[in-house]
Amino acid sequence: MNDTMSRYRTMTGHRLFWPAAVLFVMLAANTIYRPGFLSIELKDGHLYGTPIDILRLSAPLILVALGMTLVISTGGIDLSVGSLCAISGAIACMYISKQPDQNSVGVVVTALAMAMGVSLVLGAWNGVLVAVIGIQPIIATLILMVAGRGLAQLITEGQIITINSEPYRAIGLGHALTLPLAIFIALAAALLVAAFTRRTALGMIIESVGGNAVASRLAGIRSGRVIFLAYVISAACAAVAGFMMTANVSSADGNAAGLWVELDAILAVVIGGTSLAGGRFFLSGTIIGALIIQTLTTTVYAMDISPQTSLLFKAVVVIAVCLIQAPAFRARFSRRRRSAPPPAAIADKPKEQVPA
Amino acid sequence: MTDSRPVLTMTGISKSFPGVRALHDVNFRLFPGEVHALMGENGAGKSTLIKVLTGVYDTDEGAITLDGEPVSFSGPMQATAAGVSTVFQEVNLCTNLSVAENIFIGREPRLLGAVRWGEVRRRARALLARLDLDLDVSAPLGSYSLAIQQMVAIARAIDIKARVLILDEPTSSLDASEVAQLFRIMRQLRDEGIAILFVTHFLDQVYEIADRITVLRNGGLVGEYLTTELPQLSLVEKMIGKELDVLEGIEEHSRRDLAALEEGTPLVAVSNFGRAGAVEPFSLTIHAGEVVGLAGLLGSGRTEVARLLFGADRADGGQVAVDGEASSLRTPAQAIDHGVGFCSENRRAEGIVADLSVRENMILAMQAARGWLRPIPRRRQDELVDKYVKALNIRPADPEVPVRNLSGGNQQKVLLARWLITEPRLLILDEPTRGIDIGAKTEIQKLVTQLSDGGMAVLFISAELEEVLRLSHKVAVMRDRQMVAQLANDESLDADRIMQTIASGSHREEADA
Repeated sequence: MNDTMSRYRTMTGHRLFWPAAVLFVMLAANTIYRPGFLSIELKDGHLYGTPIDILRLSAPLILVALGMTLVISTGGIDLSVGSLCAISGAIACMYISKQPDQNSVGVVVTALAMAMGVSLVLGAWNGVLVAVIGIQPIIATLILMVAGRGLAQLITEGQIITINSEPYRAIGLGHALTLPLAIFIALAAALLVAAFTRRTALGMIIESVGGNAVASRLAGIRSGRVIFLAYVISAACAAVAGFMMTANVSSADGNAAGLWVELDAILAVVIGGTSLAGGRFFLSGTIIGALIIQTLTTTVYAMDISPQTSLLFKAVVVIAVCLIQAPAFRARFSRRRRSAPPPAAIADKPKEQVPA
Repeated sequence: MTDSRPVLTMTGISKSFPGVRALHDVNFRLFPGEVHALMGENGAGKSTLIKVLTGVYDTDEGAITLDGEPVSFSGPMQATAAGVSTVFQEVNLCTNLSVAENIFIGREPRLLGAVRWGEVRRRARALLARLDLDLDVSAPLGSYSLAIQQMVAIARAIDIKARVLILDEPTSSLDASEVAQLFRIMRQLRDEGIAILFVTHFLDQVYEIADRITVLRNGGLVGEYLTTELPQLSLVEKMIGKELDVLEGIEEHSRRDLAALEEGTPLVAVSNFGRAGAVEPFSLTIHAGEVVGLAGLLGSGRTEVARLLFGADRADGGQVAVDGEASSLRTPAQAIDHGVGFCSENRRAEGIVADLSVRENMILAMQAARGWLRPIPRRRQDELVDKYVKALNIRPADPEVPVRNLSGGNQQKVLLARWLITEPRLLILDEPTRGIDIGAKTEIQKLVTQLSDGGMAVLFISAELEEVLRLSHKVAVMRDRQMVAQLANDESLDADRIMQTIASGSHREEADA
């Protein structure tokens, strides 16, 4: 009994347990509602099915959320990622649309490089505002969130730029090894960010700065550089997400591309267990968080929930997820349950852990 | 003086954290109208016992009664409402709010839901008058010293109709006159029938004020004694669980020849070094292997000197020479490059990163100096961490525990280890022994001696003159944000002479001895 209990506690105490449980419950609910939900079939050498769609569609969000994780871990926030998606997509599409041969790989690579270059500069702009000038992150990135939409409009001259470029389209819709290319791009980005932070000391230093900026400075950490870097990485992730979003529809819409993605990304980070106050970050948690959000969106469509109520439905699920994750809420819930039975039974119940 | 019926009992209390057994089967009782000292080394479980009592933590096992009734508080607010008020070790107030707001936060007198600010201020003034404090209650708390903030915390606690008052190391940041003031208040409250649980590391204070002593060691109960029946030496032995090897040998050390030490090029020499509003320009030389003590009252500019030398604050002007070469100490990173390390007195706000593990906290400064692109190999980390966990006797010995789970004294040792790992040439220790017990204090003092014997220079800041005298080769005296004297620590120097210098500031002719 004791052994089972302690194993149960170890398992539920793991930081990925609750996000993973939520994802599992969502998939299970979908499967019950529509038994074919989880089925995958091979057609023309490509795998098709709802799980594959969820993975493919969540790729841009995973990218944006990865960068956001690092920024939030420093104690900051990046509201400009949605606008950055629009800008990177607009630059790439604009350049391609002006070329005689839109299907040339060279053209596409040049377009991507240009767009990435501009995004890095804009990320550096955010970084300078926050780390050098010392503006509060929410305000500093709000500037580019608002101005960036205008910039994207300026690039596209207020039009929706439509392109006809197979190589570019492949970023969003191409396949490799029977799976959508976007999944591999997101996976590669995740591995890259993980290696960049955990194989070096960057991750620990970011967590230290986010956990206690004053103490970190007194330990000799040049926190400005680290914070700057986090915003640049975030911009780079957003740029790739922007390529995917525009490649999916082969067009760049300065107004709509990446709209509100910053909010989904922040939510994914929080669901993944990273505190908005900064400090410890969890990339794997963020990825599960992004998958939860995309699964939710897919569920709304799959269950034919009317568009009028879908946002409300999403909100309710999100609130539930956040509550389940909050230690204070769980403690209160289990305490109430514990105090209900007569005193004799109390001894057998597990005592909850109150985090120090 | 004590009633026969305890107002508060705790029986069979046990509490574990992941990887740490903080309390094991501890009994404790508190009688009305007594001052009861809770003693033990760092990590003995004193703070945990208090947190269990006030409901910050749940107990794993055991029962608590108040006036014979079983109680279980869900948190300090509920405990306070039941008459058990606590002033925690680290001042838990909001420095950006006013003094009056801090005293009444969460229980402001209200009229139809609106806070009666006039009443708040009036009552705050009355309360502080009871503590003989004359403060502007509308001023932000942060504009007052740490000592005053502590007194405000006590004012907040005694305002509530407390029957049990818990003071967790209230004196660690107070100077002698403030301690006397606090003790006067404590006696007054005790005579009113309030039971006071008092945690401190100052043995003299225990014998001055406590009626009864309970000793904890390693999370277990050693025993409960009447103060009059427990000689000081046996108390110390019970706390550390072995015969205390007294500070022999250390005494000899400081009397070494200052002239011999100061022959070569100074490691760090600053002149005309100061910062407006913090400390007047001063000159100081520190040689390799030299321990320089910095004495002075709280708020006399001791910490400010340390911060300037470490680059934590930027000096307005003056010259800096490191190894005889003109240089600058403008940022902590720059100071660290020159081989300077700094343990802040404010370990929670400026020292530990609570989220990170013991291991990560220890290697932080070294990693920062290497840059993030050159991570310290994990095996090397483990070696270093293992070495210092053993050398400094850090408990619990598991380096992967978040540092927030450690007691204050062990956190202090983790910070020391953080700097020792960087092998500094000058280590600045700001109140390294404040709020830690005699065993750990002795360990740290011995360490300072060993380090200086090994050639490391140490700038040692402490409010305890005996400690400064015991360790230092020379003592710089601060008074009113000025360095008024530098005294060689020879036979003629004693605590009285330092006190006189602090009091009169008249030993200027001995400056730059």
